[in-house]
Amino acid sequence: MAYLVNTPAEQQQMLDAIGAASVGDLFEQIPAPLRMERPLAIPPALTELELEAHLRDLASRNGGVGSRVCFLGGGAYDHFIPSAVDAIASRSEFYTAYTPYQAEASQGSLQAFFEYQSLICQLTGLGVSNASLYEGGTAVSEAVFMAMRVSDRHRRVVVLGSVHPQARQVCQTYLNQISCELVTVPTPGGVADVAEVVRQLDDQTACLVIQSPNYLGCLEQTRDLCAAARKVGALAIVSCQPLSLGLLTRPGDVRADIAVAEGQSLGIPLQYGGPYLGVLACREEYVRKMPGRLIGETVDREGRRTFVLNLQAREQHIRRDKATSNICTNQGLMALRATVFLSLLGPQGLRETATLCVQKAHYAAARLAAVPGLELVSKSPFFLEFAIRCRGGAGPVLAKARAAGFDLGPALGPEDVPGLSAPEECLLVAVTEQRTKQQIDRLADLLAR
Amino acid sequence: MRNTQATQLLSELSSPGRRAARLPPCDVPGLPLESLLPEDQLAPVPPPLPELSEADIIRHFVNLSTKNMSVDTHFYPLGSCTMKYNPKRNERLASLPGLVDLHPHQVPELSQGMLELLYSMQQMLGEIAGLPAVSLQPAAGAQGEFTALLTASAWFRSRGETRTRVLFPASAHGTNPASAALAGFECVQLKGGADGFVDLAELKSQLDSRTAVFMVTNPNTLGMFEKDIAEVARLVHDVGGLVYIDGANMNAICGITRPGDFGGDMMHYNVHKTFTGPHGAGGPGSGPIAVRDFLGPFLPGPVIERTTKPGSAAVYSLRNPPHSIGRVRSFFANVGILVRGYCYLRTLGPAGVRAMSENAVLNANYLLARLKDVLPVPQGDRCMHEFVASAKELKESRGISAMDVAKRLLDHGFHAPTVYFPLVVAEALMIEPTETESKATLDAFVEAIKSIVKEDPEDLHLAPHSTPVSRPDDVRAARQPILRWNPS
Repeated sequence: MAYLVNTPAEQQQMLDAIGAASVGDLFEQIPAPLRMERPLAIPPALTELELEAHLRDLASRNGGVGSRVCFLGGGAYDHFIPSAVDAIASRSEFYTAYTPYQAEASQGSLQAFFEYQSLICQLTGLGVSNASLYEGGTAVSEAVFMAMRVSDRHRRVVVLGSVHPQARQVCQTYLNQISCELVTVPTPGGVADVAEVVRQLDDQTACLVIQSPNYLGCLEQTRDLCAAARKVGALAIVSCQPLSLGLLTRPGDVRADIAVAEGQSLGIPLQYGGPYLGVLACREEYVRKMPGRLIGETVDREGRRTFVLNLQAREQHIRRDKATSNICTNQGLMALRATVFLSLLGPQGLRETATLCVQKAHYAAARLAAVPGLELVSKSPFFLEFAIRCRGGAGPVLAKARAAGFDLGPALGPEDVPGLSAPEECLLVAVTEQRTKQQIDRLADLLAR
Repeated sequence: MRNTQATQLLSELSSPGRRAARLPPCDVPGLPLESLLPEDQLAPVPPPLPELSEADIIRHFVNLSTKNMSVDTHFYPLGSCTMKYNPKRNERLASLPGLVDLHPHQVPELSQGMLELLYSMQQMLGEIAGLPAVSLQPAAGAQGEFTALLTASAWFRSRGETRTRVLFPASAHGTNPASAALAGFECVQLKGGADGFVDLAELKSQLDSRTAVFMVTNPNTLGMFEKDIAEVARLVHDVGGLVYIDGANMNAICGITRPGDFGGDMMHYNVHKTFTGPHGAGGPGSGPIAVRDFLGPFLPGPVIERTTKPGSAAVYSLRNPPHSIGRVRSFFANVGILVRGYCYLRTLGPAGVRAMSENAVLNANYLLARLKDVLPVPQGDRCMHEFVASAKELKESRGISAMDVAKRLLDHGFHAPTVYFPLVVAEALMIEPTETESKATLDAFVEAIKSIVKEDPEDLHLAPHSTPVSRPDDVRAARQPILRWNPS
């Protein structure tokens, strides 16, 4: 049997030491009527050689970004991942360890997560970061729950219609149970109208959720929106795109209270949607209301610098139903990848990557907008992603591109951006630093034909 | 021989102007950034990240990695965590192009291989659970609990019922009450159960028409099979409630008994535990849930559907269940972990899955048999995949606590067991060896504990001695939290 270690002789010695006649005897505590009388109906065992052939066959039936030209966006992006990220994440001292409850045996992971927290603070301009959450969508919900604890307002949350629709859906799922109203401000122009947002905010509002760049790729007026939230005593939650912070003002710079992000762009492969990385950072004064693990620096009995799980009194294994969140695992290995990725890029690499994305995306937008029948959905400034409107619907354009090996999209669904007219004509195009002028030109030429 | 220079913090190793990654020149006609982005949103300088060379970074992190214990380097008997060997083939296969680089918005026509794999995973998890409707979406076990509670809640609502309470025994994992509270339920912790089992009289006294769900871990956190689980389920069902099985301990029972067969209506898996995720120093996990047919229409979407037409290959598609509670996360699931779990289950097959649990239970019972004379095991002579020893007598007689034993084990080259959990056992050491440890390793572990209990207590309070640090000052960490690097 695969992965078992003891020989039949050793198994017999063990049974003798236990005083059991057979392995079956060990299961006597399970009442007989509850035991399975048949083998599991799952596929038969495969050797490693057979398994590899099977997986290669399955993999060959997918259009991964390596075999296509990827202009897909919508919250996950085809960014370059330097080799050193994989080299460190494949160290089995990291990936086969578990939650660092025993600090003495886990200083490697604990320091790496402390470094992650430090880098996220530097990246977002906020005072404290946790050691990661599941992914960007749940990070928004965790931030909303946190804002309710901080503001002690539990009845009303305002979210911009331009926030990623899946993040809004997750938030709705999380809030459904606790009779908290989730108010969505429509964004027909592709970005929020600050005056309209101000009308929706009141002294019962726990928080305002902003995403910039938003689902359509456009930049919101985050500074004014944060100020509007502050004016009514609500917290401003800004969901950002980490790589954009190489060029753009950071959430902390525009006085956001909580920053969240989908951290996939920080060296994490696409892998059909996960595991990704939920980033959450906030102003220092809210630290004891934060969800998730926190790593702290202290000293050991000899005064040596030591890293530990800190402020655990917030967490489920201590506080149970009074915990700040039910979260138990973080995304340790993904946080490690992001830490290595950010240290490889450094400030200059981050700025250059962001600049390449901006330039290439704007070149692509200009080329595509010049194609008869296509136009940009919004005139607002954008980072690496933009929405185009296709006369005759998004479907035929997507299909034409796909047939030639180019993946665009996703197409917009009816509820994706509340207030947007004729969403069925719209699709997203994302252009990362990996796309070349030649690929962009070929796409534009193809769609013009 | 430790390289202490390389393990300073990244920002301390930084030197202005040093670089690792280089980007290619821009191949499109560049425009002034001020013409593309609003002036008030352009940062004057990039974030103050550390500046390092690639060699600095590699040496830093490789040296850090040597400050960890891990399954690949040490026996890691962390109870409730199922620290088994993580097969290398799973890592390689999960990294195949077509799997690792598949965009979540790729259309189903160009994702058929992935959808087939995930569909098959749904089927296998449903079969092992005895609960046919599966959602792969939850990101970890705790989110699986939350998702199942929302699913139950939606089902009750569809029947015009309002049920407000979730019950669980005192030995429950902390996530159970935390998930119930997050889902808006009132939490009711049962009294009694000092022997680890659900107290039937207490359960009866708390059950009524307000009961939505009874959450129970089976095998329980003492590593015992709930002997009265069928009766427990009957009592809960009699008042119209549902039974939730916390699947943290599935490693004991796969192919031997099924949650759906012993009365469970819903459960979660921890794919990163039972099916070798791996653990990633605290995640990512993957916490799929399996539920009874009647709850299937309420699961989060999308789920994968298979359709066949005579004469052509099966087609896989994504579908939202008709009364879905909605999403609990972005995108499909922690697919990378599910691919590894799939590789594991396909390697084991039906007999291998059963042998996995049999050997996990054999190893645990052997360890229990050898340890019980050194450290008492209050639950008795038998266990499932784990057991809980107590250092209570040792502490009273010699002043040696569970923490002392745990810390000193590190010096002996073993990771510590889970300590001080479950709360129902004083000075608890919760030990789960898993099936991938040899008799020789288990014997060496027993010898280590035998020698530790004879050591000088004063010396043990200072253990460990061989680790990079020893006995961190947790109080100081909490009083003056330092949670990031600060320029000094």
